[in-house]
Amino acid sequence: MSWIKARPYVMIFPAILVFTLFFLYPIGYMIFLSFHDWNFVSPVKEFVGFSNFTSLMEDAKFLQVLRNTFMYSGLTVFLTISISLLLALWLNKKGAMYGMVQGAIFSPHIISLVSISMLWMWIMDTDYGLLNWFLGLFGITNIPWLTDPKTSLLSLIIVAVWKGIGYYTLIFIAGLQSIPRDIYEAAALDDTNRIRTFFKLTLPMLSPTLFFLTIIGLIGSFQVFETISIMTKGGPINSTNTIVYYIYENGFRFFKIGYASTAGVILLLIIGIFTVFYFKLLGRKVHYQ
Amino acid sequence: MAEIRLENIVKKFNEDTVVKNLNLTIQDGSFTVIVGPSGCGKSTTLRMIAGLEAPTSGDIWIGDECVTHTEPGKRNIAMVFQNYALYPTMTVRKNIEFGLVNKKVPKAEREVLIREISDIVGLTEHLDKKPQQLSGGQRQRVALARAMVKKPKVFILDEPLSNLDAKLRGQMRRELIELHQKLGITFIYVTHDQVEAMSMGDQIILLDKGVMQQVDNPMKMYHDPNNVFTAEFIGTPAMNIVKRTEMDRYLPDLFKKAAFVGFKPEHALLVDEEWAISNYVIMESEILTTETLGAETIYAVRNEAGMMNIKSFTEPITNTKKIHVAVAYDKLYFFDIAEERIRHSYSHNTIPLSQVKKPALVGGN
Repeated sequence: MSWIKARPYVMIFPAILVFTLFFLYPIGYMIFLSFHDWNFVSPVKEFVGFSNFTSLMEDAKFLQVLRNTFMYSGLTVFLTISISLLLALWLNKKGAMYGMVQGAIFSPHIISLVSISMLWMWIMDTDYGLLNWFLGLFGITNIPWLTDPKTSLLSLIIVAVWKGIGYYTLIFIAGLQSIPRDIYEAAALDDTNRIRTFFKLTLPMLSPTLFFLTIIGLIGSFQVFETISIMTKGGPINSTNTIVYYIYENGFRFFKIGYASTAGVILLLIIGIFTVFYFKLLGRKVHYQ
Repeated sequence: MAEIRLENIVKKFNEDTVVKNLNLTIQDGSFTVIVGPSGCGKSTTLRMIAGLEAPTSGDIWIGDECVTHTEPGKRNIAMVFQNYALYPTMTVRKNIEFGLVNKKVPKAEREVLIREISDIVGLTEHLDKKPQQLSGGQRQRVALARAMVKKPKVFILDEPLSNLDAKLRGQMRRELIELHQKLGITFIYVTHDQVEAMSMGDQIILLDKGVMQQVDNPMKMYHDPNNVFTAEFIGTPAMNIVKRTEMDRYLPDLFKKAAFVGFKPEHALLVDEEWAISNYVIMESEILTTETLGAETIYAVRNEAGMMNIKSFTEPITNTKKIHVAVAYDKLYFFDIAEERIRHSYSHNTIPLSQVKKPALVGGN
């Protein structure tokens, strides 16, 4: 083979090597492990076929984990997007105050999740927390945010929304600013009211941004780990246990590597479906200029 | 009635005064062209009429209604934007229909209107396409259709042809003139292109730096400019304007009170020898460049008064660089030190060119 023919392969070899070592191989190994029973140290990896999958599907705890994950992701993405869109519509103006507010709501995005989790554990503390003190002013007392299964998942969602809003708002503002001004002027001359302008012009023009943020948001929140690990450890009574935390628990605390790998395969499938969905819909329902 | 009146209109952007105390009347049913160089305030004026900008002070009247504080959608105005401003997510049909839905026109009536309009502008087969599937000319037609379908009292066009190629521009120019005749409503058209202004308008408003320079019909504007700015803006190439002191050697005494002297490139004759005849300025010149445009030829020449453009309709001169430029006295324009026109008794006066003994012109066999 001549150098001319070989050159492209030589050029992409480093990238392929890194990709294989750190992406393909771990995924393959995870799939391999999902068919085995292994405790992380034993030299023997016992082949068990699909039994990991069947027992996972019969595991009531895992089903609750899945439900939690979907609930957490769905609500987080829905709330973050709705609030950010409203904020973006409000902040999409020139002026010192708007810039300041935008900066302020963006700041959580650059703080590490560990610090955020610690901060919110304190804010959400039942007895000494800022949140309950504030609600107390209105006569609402002692909500056990993180320690009651009824409110614990919601509490984590609040933290995720708080962290995400600034970033989403920024992307939405960028999206709003890319909409040509003269379209709005044409709409004004067409005597269009504000609500119709929003739903018929702004929202369709924002659809690529909206779609991008939804998918990125869903994929991101399916992988939630830090806040759970620090704030609730999946509790109380499994009420905040989501799939990544469940994988971590089984793998690195109970050393059921095969079982954890199986849950990993399922997470891979879910995210894979979202990704395929994303690329299938891209350019069809969504308007790109 | 949709006569439009601007009264003492001032527009400032921060400290910048873009429009300075503008007073003008746009007659009902006229095709009025607002023309001027970039930054002269013409688009701002237009946008104030449309209601997209609020004047800093002054009033705008449409008919007998003061619309200074009326929302754009309530002014009964339709506008065609430079970049068309079509709604990109909607089909052509929805684009045209959008304003009608806002006006709560019943569906059956909308269908009829859309069919009529798309027939007029030739869009019937494209009704279900999105704007980005259309060519520039087709988008332009959608913009026109969207504006026309509302049956406005005033039709506003902001440099609508500047994104089209030369051939299409010529075609659209004719179509717009026809459209204006057919609709019989007031058209206000903004452009920086004096050719568009001259060819389309029945009234031209010439602006510079936010100040109105002249309002006239095209031929009056061409033949009888009020000042140096108008004289240089209308016509291609621009009028040759020379300091009177530079022209002294060529001019008799009676023109001495003018500060500037001008003549149109097409009014100069190129002759091959000194032409001893009264009533003509004769300037011995050298041809620097020759632009042959087919029907006409444009020469840049230099003489003791400076550089000048000469437009000639005879065959291009190729055999010599040395020629004489002759301009009849009655084709000279005079301006005072403030660049305002002096309507001299000598200009545009008595001696028609036909009565003057013609010398042999150079070229033109």
